Amino acid sequence: MTQSTKTRTRTVAVPEGNGHHLSVSAGKLPRNAALLTAAFSTAVGIVLGLILGSGLTLMAFLGWVVFVVAYPVWALSIEGRRKATDRTVQALAWSIFVLAMAPLVSLVYTVVLKGGPVVTPDFLSRDMTGFASLGQGGGIYHAIMGTIMVTAIAAIIAVPIGVFTAVYLVEYGAGRRLAQSITFLVDVMTGIPSIVAGLFAVALFIVITGDPLPRLGIGGGVALALLMIPTVIRSVEEMLKLVPNDLREASYALGVPKWRTIVKVVLPTSVAGIVTGITLAIARVAGETAPLLLIVGTYPEANWSPFDGAVQTLPVFIYTSLAATSDVKYGDIWTDRVWGAALVLIIIVMALNLIARVIGNVFAPKSGR
Amino acid sequence: MAKSIEVKDLDIYYGNFLAVEGVNVGIKARSVTAFIGPSGCGKSTVLRSLNRMHEVIPGARVEGEVVVDGQSLYDSSVDPVAVRREIGMVFQRPNPFPTMSIYENVLAGNRLNAKKLKKADADATVERALKSANLWNEVKDRLNKPGMDLSGGQQQRLCIARAIAVRPQVLLMDEPCSALDPISTSAIEDLIHELKTEYTIVIVTHNMQQAARVSDDTGFFNLKAVGEPGRLMEFNSTNKMFSNPDNESTEAYVSGRFG
Ligand SMILES: Nc1ncnc2c1ncn2[C@@H]1O[C@H](COP(=O)(O)OP(=O)(O)OP(=O)(O)O)[C@@H](O)[C@H]1O
Ligand SMILES: [Mg+2]
Repeated sequence: MTQSTKTRTRTVAVPEGNGHHLSVSAGKLPRNAALLTAAFSTAVGIVLGLILGSGLTLMAFLGWVVFVVAYPVWALSIEGRRKATDRTVQALAWSIFVLAMAPLVSLVYTVVLKGGPVVTPDFLSRDMTGFASLGQGGGIYHAIMGTIMVTAIAAIIAVPIGVFTAVYLVEYGAGRRLAQSITFLVDVMTGIPSIVAGLFAVALFIVITGDPLPRLGIGGGVALALLMIPTVIRSVEEMLKLVPNDLREASYALGVPKWRTIVKVVLPTSVAGIVTGITLAIARVAGETAPLLLIVGTYPEANWSPFDGAVQTLPVFIYTSLAATSDVKYGDIWTDRVWGAALVLIIIVMALNLIARVIGNVFAPKSGR
Repeated sequence: MAKSIEVKDLDIYYGNFLAVEGVNVGIKARSVTAFIGPSGCGKSTVLRSLNRMHEVIPGARVEGEVVVDGQSLYDSSVDPVAVRREIGMVFQRPNPFPTMSIYENVLAGNRLNAKKLKKADADATVERALKSANLWNEVKDRLNKPGMDLSGGQQQRLCIARAIAVRPQVLLMDEPCSALDPISTSAIEDLIHELKTEYTIVIVTHNMQQAARVSDDTGFFNLKAVGEPGRLMEFNSTNKMFSNPDNESTEAYVSGRFG
């Protein structure tokens, strides 16, 4: 009884209600409508392109225009306005996604295509001493090791500073003047151009060593650390803020001092995010070129001493090799080296990103809730 | 072993906001004291000031005195960390440690303070605490599973087990049964009866029957008006509070004719 009364009231409330029954069904496009439209647009794009005698770019553009128009119009004719709007926005969102992905895919594709064949075991295990500079063999072993060493030094400096600063800001600083000024300075530091960080390192080591133009691995580490610290502070800060206050209180209520609460409750709870953030920060600076150009310079073989002389690193190797590609006689082999080194650098950075994800999963609190 | 608590002219602030004003109360050793009153009148706030948990909130402070067995808690020579080891607490919302297993959660009071326990002692402690909290049968086969995998009510009982595993002198419980079913609630009430032979217990509850069942003394908190600080309107033996209270508003509240 009540049920039927309710239904009647509702039908009456619908203004353009034609008749007594509620209409909830409407026309619907086939499930693969987007695919069909895409195929159609591609065909139209190619045909139009051929008629106009234009190249691939214009064909793709024409096909896209046809799609963005045809897809919603089709929906409008069958499904009505609301769905058509929905599909318009969908089409635009996908277009922008593809637009954003295009450079990335093209970049990876080109680098793999050109760098892939160059990256042989020889290329990875040799340095640039001997005949290498004359265009025979040679490799980037020294640059890979240099990049790893300099980045590791940067991490060793930046991670403790960053983590401790973030712990201070979140756990002790709340609302204090000092914390506010540190936050402000971190913001300023985030904006430091990397070349300025390099200049700072140069100036610092001129003072320390007295050498008018110091070339030191440790200097590169300092410069990269300078760029890393704000990123580390920011990401660790965010992670610590995510730890619910309830957990801190639970720990205090058991008579656990604050520092133990931080070490044994807060940090373990957020360790996944912290490690991920740190790894991403490392990946971010591993490809820095400008500061390294200024302070670590170039060197044809592996130099394991960060305190003694120039160190070769991948970004700087790429930069200096690029200058040699115009060489009439050896230009080609230098071009190969540039692509090979670029591929290796990308692989290193991607590997760091992957490691970050894996670590994030491994350390995450073991529960779905 | 158990301790009595004497509260004198206690005003409790959050920054400049006076949340609770002029509390005077004497909590007897080896007894159960219940705090009742409408939401927002400051029951949790008073409870948290009894083991110096109040001050972990930035800007929070108290004026007045809390004396436990002759020792003034807010004396400058008193270490709040030591206070909290003696006066345990169960919170309104369950808060097990997400990185720890059920077993580790129960032992958290020892583990986090780096107190080494022999394996046998640890096992015994865990079993005793979980049995007291009426959780043992449900979790005895999965002690190494994360504490967060339990249901809300199980988590709350885990938190109770965690609090009693360190054998505090006083146990403060903030609505410990608000997320529990009648069976677990009655188990917790049994536990409270048992514990009171050794410990001093203060419990906040919205359940009048529970207050009547478990407590020896009851304090009724209320706001005089909206925006005014909370006050302790009446503190008397539970019998008197529920049969013949001195204060009119107490009578209105316990009999359900409120507002
Ligand atoms: N962290 C805080 N910061 C500022 N004010 C607070 C805070 N916690 C509580 N208050 C205020 O203190 C007053 C008392 O709150 P309290 O939590 O003690 O109430 P309660 O009696 O426990 O209520 P309930 O029964 O809902 O748990 C309220 O006005 C509340 O808004
Ligand atoms: Mg409360």
